[in-house]
Amino acid sequence: MTMGSDTFARISAIFLKELVQMRRDRLTFAMMFAIPILQLVLFGYAINTDPKGLPTAVHVEEQTPIVRTLLRALETSEYYDLVMQTDDPRESSALLARGEVAFVVSIPAGFTEQLIRGERPQLLIEADASDPAAASNAIARADAILTSALRHDLTGALKSLNPGPAPFELITHAKYNPEGVTQYNIVPGLLGVILTMTLVMITAIAMTREAERGTLENLLAMPVQPLEMMVGKITPYVAVGAMQTLVILVAARYLFAVPFIGAIWPLLLGVVIFVLANLALGFTFSTIASSQMQAMQLTFFFFLPSLLLSGFMFPFRGMPHWAQWIGEVLPLTHFLRIVRGVMLKGSTLVDLHVEFFAMTAFALAAVVVAMLQYRQTLD
Amino acid sequence: MSALAIDVTGLVKRFGNKTAVDGVDIHMPKGEVWGFLGPNGSGKTTTIRMICGLLRATEGEGTCLGYDIAREADQIKLSTGYMTQKFSFWNDLTIRENLEFVARLYRMTPLRQRVDETLETLGLTDRQHQQAGALSGGWKQRLALAAVTMHAPKLLLLDEPTSGVDPQARRDFWDEIHRLSTDGVTVLVSTHYMDEAERCDHIVYLANGKLLTEGRVADIIKESGLVTFRVEGDSVRRFAGALQQLEGVDHVSYFGDALLVSGAQRESIEHAVEAATDASVRWQEVRPSLDDAFIALMARAGGDQRAHA
Repeated sequence: MTMGSDTFARISAIFLKELVQMRRDRLTFAMMFAIPILQLVLFGYAINTDPKGLPTAVHVEEQTPIVRTLLRALETSEYYDLVMQTDDPRESSALLARGEVAFVVSIPAGFTEQLIRGERPQLLIEADASDPAAASNAIARADAILTSALRHDLTGALKSLNPGPAPFELITHAKYNPEGVTQYNIVPGLLGVILTMTLVMITAIAMTREAERGTLENLLAMPVQPLEMMVGKITPYVAVGAMQTLVILVAARYLFAVPFIGAIWPLLLGVVIFVLANLALGFTFSTIASSQMQAMQLTFFFFLPSLLLSGFMFPFRGMPHWAQWIGEVLPLTHFLRIVRGVMLKGSTLVDLHVEFFAMTAFALAAVVVAMLQYRQTLD
Repeated sequence: MSALAIDVTGLVKRFGNKTAVDGVDIHMPKGEVWGFLGPNGSGKTTTIRMICGLLRATEGEGTCLGYDIAREADQIKLSTGYMTQKFSFWNDLTIRENLEFVARLYRMTPLRQRVDETLETLGLTDRQHQQAGALSGGWKQRLALAAVTMHAPKLLLLDEPTSGVDPQARRDFWDEIHRLSTDGVTVLVSTHYMDEAERCDHIVYLANGKLLTEGRVADIIKESGLVTFRVEGDSVRRFAGALQQLEGVDHVSYFGDALLVSGAQRESIEHAVEAATDASVRWQEVRPSLDDAFIALMARAGGDQRAHA
């Protein structure tokens, strides 16, 4: 036999062994196809770097044909989705703070009259700029959208207003992050991403590691209840999560100078619930997976949509509705609203109560599934 | 309270369409040492796991220490010690940390003292801060036995505790088993070693998931109806092939310089030995080995001849 055919024989022996082992591990095999499909769908359909249809509140103090033209122009531009009318400026501020709307458009009383007189009245668009990427395109286009809409209406006696500058003055307030500093949005968000990635992964291997090392049989032969096992297994990592939080918050403050407008304790409460939700989910994965490899794959399968659909990398409101619904299930989505809300907007517990409830519900659901999945026997 | 430590009837365990245990009854009195024998895959481990609540029986019922095996697994776990076939303590914990884990889990007090005592008994005080993974097979086995007996269980289930352990360690191990037995602990120990089986009060032999036979060693040998001759002489091995061919000879095995010839009837073996050998050999009847007894019983039951060869 020549050297070449020896090599070929050995390669084919290894190749065939790998092929058989690959087929045996069904979940890994399935993941090799499921993950690319998930990526294709998420990147291809869900993600939109030019977000449109952003929810907008309108605070209008008069109804005239010109005002209606302006509002219709915003709507047909597809950037603004006029979802509600408000009469109270304080209410519109609160809507913005809670993140229910991305913009508030205010047109004061007497706007039309002043416009016709050529006095260039002010039109105000307030934007939630905590995520600069979400707001910037819509703001940048607003002037052009409104001006070109009016050109059609300003005919006859009003034609004289057409040439020259726009017959009104557009004021934009980029609130919460006026300079549009990307880090202000990314760094608080990273807190959630880092906690998700590390904590889900570490508890996902909690039970599968015992199974793979042969120590599970021993553990199960001892009188330990499922909940005792879970609490005992995840508690050390609450401390890990706390350390990570501290490091990131210190870095946010001193390396990136991210503002911290709100109170610390709603954020800390959010961190605790979020950490528990992730640890419980990881433990659930570890009761489902039969090996550490599978546990890692499940973690990745969860991490990918968390990263893409939570509003961390891409504007949440820019995604199609189905993607937003998936995003609403993920604890990271709610945590991002809490951490950005508290740090950048000074949001309070009351402003954010929905997010706290959503994360708590997720954590409880994960615990219930883990307890249902947990096997006290080797069956 | 029942006088039986283990009292199970008609235990069946199926995994998919494979039946691992097929109707096993065990009625084991308290305080005895029982040997659990049978070829690999005969269902010993599965039976032990069902008894201590680690597997749910597909069919059958019974009690362990008076607790129902299906419904009261938690109580069973509190008062049994189960030593798994493979070392299942934590290699990345030190010897002391492993023992402390067990001591805490069973709420032993005072913790430090109990652990110190166990380490002392084990002779591992000097090495208590070594990781368990660094121990040799024999020491791992001693650590595991110490850990599963620390909470003073009433019943010990030991699954092939001495496989891969040197003879001295095996002997020490059995001395410990008998010491525990003297203290009133009931012990069910599975093994492949016939010398260990002979140290037991009673033997249960499983084959293909079924109970093939049980009883005292002497009774089982008697039940097999086997007769064995020890044939000695110069180069006696050259006769082995011819002997094996003859009618009435079930089995010929090498035993040092001698041959052990077994069969069901004394006369047939005598004729065979006379026919197949010459004047240079001497022979005498000896007690049949437990091995041969099981093989004979298996053959009679239509079991797999190779299973214990």
